[in-house]
Amino acid sequence: MNEILAGLIRAIELIVTLDPEVVGVTSRTLTISLSSTFLGALINLPLGGLIYFRSFRGKGLFIHLIQTLYSLPTVIVGLLIFLLISRSGPLGFLGLMFTPGGMILGQTVLVTPILMGLTISSLEGVSRQVRETAISLGANEYQAIMTVIKEARQAIMAAVLLGFGRAISEVGVAMMIGGNIRGYTRVLTAAIALNTSMGDIELSLALGIILISLSLIVNLLLGLFRVGIRGPGGIMVPKGR
Amino acid sequence: MLLLALIAVSSASWAEDGSRLKLATTTSLYDTELLDTLDQKFQDEYGVRVDSVSGGTGIAIQYGERGDVDLIIIHDKARELKFVKDGHGLQRRCFAYNYFYIVSPKDDPAGITGLNATQAFAKIREEGLKNPDKVKFVSRGDNSGTHTKEQSLWKGAGFNYSAINNSTNHWYLETGTGMGATLVMTNEKSAYTLTDMSTFMAYKGNLSLVPLIQGGKELLNIYVAIAMNPAKHQGANCTLANKLINFLVSDKGQALIANFGKEKYGQPLFFAARGNCTKIGCSEDECAVPTNASCSAANNAAAEIR
Repeated sequence: MNEILAGLIRAIELIVTLDPEVVGVTSRTLTISLSSTFLGALINLPLGGLIYFRSFRGKGLFIHLIQTLYSLPTVIVGLLIFLLISRSGPLGFLGLMFTPGGMILGQTVLVTPILMGLTISSLEGVSRQVRETAISLGANEYQAIMTVIKEARQAIMAAVLLGFGRAISEVGVAMMIGGNIRGYTRVLTAAIALNTSMGDIELSLALGIILISLSLIVNLLLGLFRVGIRGPGGIMVPKGR
Repeated sequence: MLLLALIAVSSASWAEDGSRLKLATTTSLYDTELLDTLDQKFQDEYGVRVDSVSGGTGIAIQYGERGDVDLIIIHDKARELKFVKDGHGLQRRCFAYNYFYIVSPKDDPAGITGLNATQAFAKIREEGLKNPDKVKFVSRGDNSGTHTKEQSLWKGAGFNYSAINNSTNHWYLETGTGMGATLVMTNEKSAYTLTDMSTFMAYKGNLSLVPLIQGGKELLNIYVAIAMNPAKHQGANCTLANKLINFLVSDKGQALIANFGKEKYGQPLFFAARGNCTKIGCSEDECAVPTNASCSAANNAAAEIR
């Protein structure tokens, strides 16, 4: 119990004194996770939409596959990306191994199934009538699709948030691709793993508290954004059908 | 796949630039922060940042063989020689040494005090088989230099390692982690382990373990730096890697190594290789002398053919 209290005190100390090492690790964590979530969203939201609105052979199977990959272990992503971007791998010429760029690539791959799959489910959650009504009101297909996406934006936002949560909390890619290089690729989760293995439990706890606070802040900011587009009480409520 | 390539290219702007040097190192130099100190001084002098990836000798060699780093620092002679012979690395340079310790809880449940290293290992096994609840041995089990040393000690004690590293042996635990984490676990389990002296010193404050067996030729631990061969690994920054190696064996580098930790721990954690070449069995032309390996890929390719 004392350890937890000491960790809390240490966390406050580190934050208040703006410890340069901690500030560096924290801002790096945020930059990398936000970049990969953004990149992931940029690719997967349109892709998810495309998959939902188009019908093709094996679509059901494909969606099952994506949903299976929700539980893709981070170390497997780490291993695959390692084999891909290591100097002797097919993308080795890019020199991404042990760089923040490599980590962003890894985390983007990591959040891809969640973002794509949940985009599809979010769109599925919108009543078919919305699309049909739009079309009956004279919308062309493009306009109808945009109407459905607008209806689903809350759920899609939740998907992006979940993707961010997965990116910021993962440690497999951070360690295997980043290499936990101090001042360059060390992020909060990797720092926690390292300090725990070095027996510095207090510092690990403090970093853990910072990590959770960071998620909270991002959540709150997104919440504000939601209030902006929807009015107060921007909490997802199941829509009555 | 196309998408993947797209992301890769877009994140390539984040990729490495020329003024960074990538080093894969054994955990002891990292966990004790010696490497931090050396890197800092090197950066001050040459303006080059050293990015250290810490892992056991096994993984460091892996990174080297795949060409993901510019140089490696390891401590396992047989594998060092093979690494150079296979054309992955240029030249071995011994730059520091210390000793392995066998550490245990203060009460020494297996009674190994006064024995030599191999005798102690035999005794730990004997007592462990009799009473695995009381006598345990924790192994790195991660293919590191320390793990290799441990295996050679079991062999020296007359045991086949496969008979030791066996799931029916409840007295023998493998952690699969770095030295620091292994020491923490040994402490929790009140067990025995083989550790390098420097990591033990750096962690001693948090542990109630004591070194029972220290020193002696069979417990020597020699650190070696090897730059990647640019003929085999085009991306490797051989010039900078040689610069760092030459810094390690320079008067300044050797003095930094010899004095590191004296103040904090009351004794040095490492010894400089220079002046102790015969003692540590490292030949004169490999021991604490600047590297004269050429960085021209053509030269090294020719040398390889010869």
